[in-house]
Amino acid sequence: MVNVIWVVLAVSGIVYAAFNGTMEQVNEAIFETIDESILITMSLLGVLVFWLGLMKIAEEAGLLKGLAKLFKPVVRRLFPEIPADDPAMGYILSNMTANIFGLGNAATPMGLKAMKELKRLSGGSTEASRSMITLLAINTSSLTIVPTTVIAIRMKYESVEPTTIIGPTILATLISTMAAILIDRYFYYRRRRLGSIL
Amino acid sequence: MSIWLIPAIILIILVTATAKRVPAYEVFVEGSKEGFQIAISLLPYLLGMMVSIAIFQASGAMDAFLHLFKPLTAVFNIPEQILPLAMVRPISGTAALSMTTELIRTFGPDSLIGQMASVMQGSTDTTLYIITVYFGAVGIKKMGDALKVGLLADLVGIIASIIIVLILFS
Repeated sequence: MVNVIWVVLAVSGIVYAAFNGTMEQVNEAIFETIDESILITMSLLGVLVFWLGLMKIAEEAGLLKGLAKLFKPVVRRLFPEIPADDPAMGYILSNMTANIFGLGNAATPMGLKAMKELKRLSGGSTEASRSMITLLAINTSSLTIVPTTVIAIRMKYESVEPTTIIGPTILATLISTMAAILIDRYFYYRRRRLGSIL
Repeated sequence: MSIWLIPAIILIILVTATAKRVPAYEVFVEGSKEGFQIAISLLPYLLGMMVSIAIFQASGAMDAFLHLFKPLTAVFNIPEQILPLAMVRPISGTAALSMTTELIRTFGPDSLIGQMASVMQGSTDTTLYIITVYFGAVGIKKMGDALKVGLLADLVGIIASIIIVLILFS
């Protein structure tokens, strides 16, 4: 699916540009985006090095295990394939906690490290495991409590009440996160059903 | 409160580690190296996806595509200006943010459209970016149902944002 999306986006863009005289903008965009992706990688590099270093200390000091133990009943149901005291669980929980507190730049490193641990659990396969898909579903629906960026924009354009959207945002996030978990479950059982027929 | 959060986390980790006689600095350096490796290995995934989206956007094809869906808004009785944002939100974070800013600037932050854009922007994330980065970082090539699950959850989130704002603010 991702192959198709990737090719269709680029090809339809180029064909469209050929007929609408926007080839110059396309050329510009290609090289600007290459630079931009390097910038994003570099800023990720910084937070990754910092947080993964710090989280390694937390892991060795037993803090991640403690966190995993604390939330065991909830996450075991979400991630039934992960052994209860595996470090993967600690990183998944750190990722979710950082997301909830709006620490976006800490959430990504912890999520990526969790993915790495999940890859180890699935024996280094290049295929996405069940737990990986669940982790992604939770992350893409975003668990933010305080949408700081949006509030900043609202303040800039002189909103009378810049924070009125916090309540509705939390509600919408809750609904989409629950939907993500349910949809993820649905597809998992569908995969299993199809797998057992084959 | 938020300025205390990160320093507090650092403090707790370092104090606990020292109490348990973990050689903190050595472990930090060891763990950090992994971050370096992850960042470098996700670059090809990120660059590839970003370039493809940029071509689609810069050519004007994206606007034309979004225009096709305008009639839908009349059917569901929602402001038509919100639709492009709803469709772009899962695909491009930067494009969505600039659309949100533009909507808030044009219609005012406290207008129905302004509120709707705010909630939509805040309550969902850029699914394509997250999938690219998370799978890219560990070299997953077969994504399974991840994209479908993410996009369907976005759809639910976007519909929820529209309905919630319609109920609360109109």
